[in-house]
Amino acid sequence: MSKNTLYDKVWDKHKVDTLPTGQDHLFIGLHLIHEVTTPQAFSMMEETGATVKFPHRTFATTDHIIPTQAQERPFADSKAESMMQALENNVKKYGIKYFDFKSGKQGIVHVVGPELGLTRPGMTIVCGDSHTSTHGAFGALAFGIGTTEVRHVLETQSLALNRLKVRKINVTGDIPKGVYAKDIILAIIQVLGVNGGIGYAYEFNGEVIHRLSMEERMTICNMSIEGGARIGYINPDDVTYDYLKGREFAPKGEAFDKAVDYWKSIASDNDAEYDDVVNIDGSKLEPMVTWGTTPAQSIGVSGKIPSLESFSEDDRPVLSKALAYMDVKEGQFIKGLPIDVAFIGSCTNSRISDLREAAKVLKGKKVNVKTLVVPGSQSVRSQAQKEGLDKIFTEAGAEWRFAGCSMCLAMNPDRLKGTQRCVSTSNRNFMGRQGSPTGRTLLMSPASVAASAIEGKVADIRESY
Amino acid sequence: MSLTENKILTIEGRGIPLEGNDIDTDQVVPARFLKEITFKNMGDYLFYDARFDEDGKAKAHPLNDSKFKGGKFLVVQENFGCGSSREHAAQAIKRYGIKAVIGISFSEIFSGNCKSLGIPIVQLDKDQIAKIAHALTDDPTVMCALNIENETFKVGTKIFFFSMAPTLKASLVGGTWDALTLLQNNDQKTNRLDASLPY
Ligand code: SF4
Repeated sequence: MSKNTLYDKVWDKHKVDTLPTGQDHLFIGLHLIHEVTTPQAFSMMEETGATVKFPHRTFATTDHIIPTQAQERPFADSKAESMMQALENNVKKYGIKYFDFKSGKQGIVHVVGPELGLTRPGMTIVCGDSHTSTHGAFGALAFGIGTTEVRHVLETQSLALNRLKVRKINVTGDIPKGVYAKDIILAIIQVLGVNGGIGYAYEFNGEVIHRLSMEERMTICNMSIEGGARIGYINPDDVTYDYLKGREFAPKGEAFDKAVDYWKSIASDNDAEYDDVVNIDGSKLEPMVTWGTTPAQSIGVSGKIPSLESFSEDDRPVLSKALAYMDVKEGQFIKGLPIDVAFIGSCTNSRISDLREAAKVLKGKKVNVKTLVVPGSQSVRSQAQKEGLDKIFTEAGAEWRFAGCSMCLAMNPDRLKGTQRCVSTSNRNFMGRQGSPTGRTLLMSPASVAASAIEGKVADIRESY
Repeated sequence: MSLTENKILTIEGRGIPLEGNDIDTDQVVPARFLKEITFKNMGDYLFYDARFDEDGKAKAHPLNDSKFKGGKFLVVQENFGCGSSREHAAQAIKRYGIKAVIGISFSEIFSGNCKSLGIPIVQLDKDQIAKIAHALTDDPTVMCALNIENETFKVGTKIFFFSMAPTLKASLVGGTWDALTLLQNNDQKTNRLDASLPY
């Protein structure tokens, strides 16, 4: 059993009791909500006349169903409109702070929480969304929950949970040029598998991780869940404290210094004990791209799609299904594969630094396929416009959109058609994920997606420098 | 509802075998069906894209196979329910009429959602699951019986022994799988913890 890790310390601090079932009763410090996974929780509460226990610990925004072009109300899609109205009514009725369009702070919940300074080290954070693991980049225990659990948090500010094991993933060495945070996490998932993290919290550690900016760290923790780990976190350090200083909801003045003392105290001790340790040599990494229908089915961009023979007999049926779905063949080079669409966005890669990387590649060039650039939040959008990135995108022929989840899961009008193949900075290449039941997704970093958009096929970003 | 009514001890019925590892929640309920503010219709959307083509015509799928109609046990493979946290997936399974899911491994959030809805998740190893799936395919009418307290799953006359996390077992057997009441009983302690936090 792990000892003196950040996970252990934060868990113990928030443990209310042991329940009669043997589960832990855990206090939740910060609850984030959006329109898709909450209306059912609120209607259950309505039936019993329940109230929200600590409304000031819950914050709302709207992201999944938001159209990224025409945002006038009522929305053209009446179902999307009714979801918006349900959220608006609920936040009003229960006194929950809501970042709507007018606030200038609306956006993907996992982009908004950190940029407002709501997300801080040493917290327990939940949201009815599996990518809540993103917030672990700050040294918080952050994880996705279901709608019944959303109700538990609203009514009791707590959850019944089992403790996880902790696996430390050390990334060392110097990462080569062209390799980004997205490539690091795709490589980790390739090594440990999509179910390797079941039962574990992942602690990302090592010099490579601690040299990353906060935004890059969020990309890493965001995709913990793709590796099966409900929680991924990084111990807070000066990069974390510098990022938080001056943010709207971060403590100010003396309170900030006091908070830093707490944040330092919850980091894993040097002699902490882990249930498992994995070492990854960062200097061996390449820009990654997925070829199949799970995030672990990836290769370095210069590589060939693996042969079925290299897998165990049990795995082959699933893999050949993935090959057929993606319309690729074993032994085929992935580079040069024609594409139809490029998507830059999602809670994995829609922050300002992601847009800057994409803009660097696109500057003065023209895209060859339909390309969507969707900022993660209204703040990211206005910052990008201040820097003139929007012009770079539109001059390159890409579409510059309003903030939301967009074509990451295509609950809004942005979706693939038929069997279109899309290079995407999002996190899931599942069958049908981008809105067409036969659509195909290849996951990559923003720079790689931009380079591929220019060529109209899968490209090696290292050749663009 | 009293806790006694919620107790889940035994389930009997037929089984439906499902092939494939890593069946994600987008396959269980595609995202376009999440645009509803209640879970009411979710049963209709279960495995929709695997069951129907783009014109709504039924494809070959165990759930479209009359032999398996009315089955109460869904028998799955590895890493079932990976992906998003959408409770819609567990709701769809429950509302379709499935009472328990048997498989090799499950995503964490999906298991949690199943627990919240009182759907027992039973884990068996690869060989055992293969045997069960085989038996169900051979004879879809074979009766199965799940006994939570004894930790046994019977397929016809064959008995499979599993081990369930003690916390899950206690929640099902005790009828406290929806933990709301337990959490509410600790209200004073929750308030004290709130006051003790540095944020
Ligand atoms: S961007 Fe995609 S993965 Fe992230 S919260 Fe939105 S839908 Fe989920």
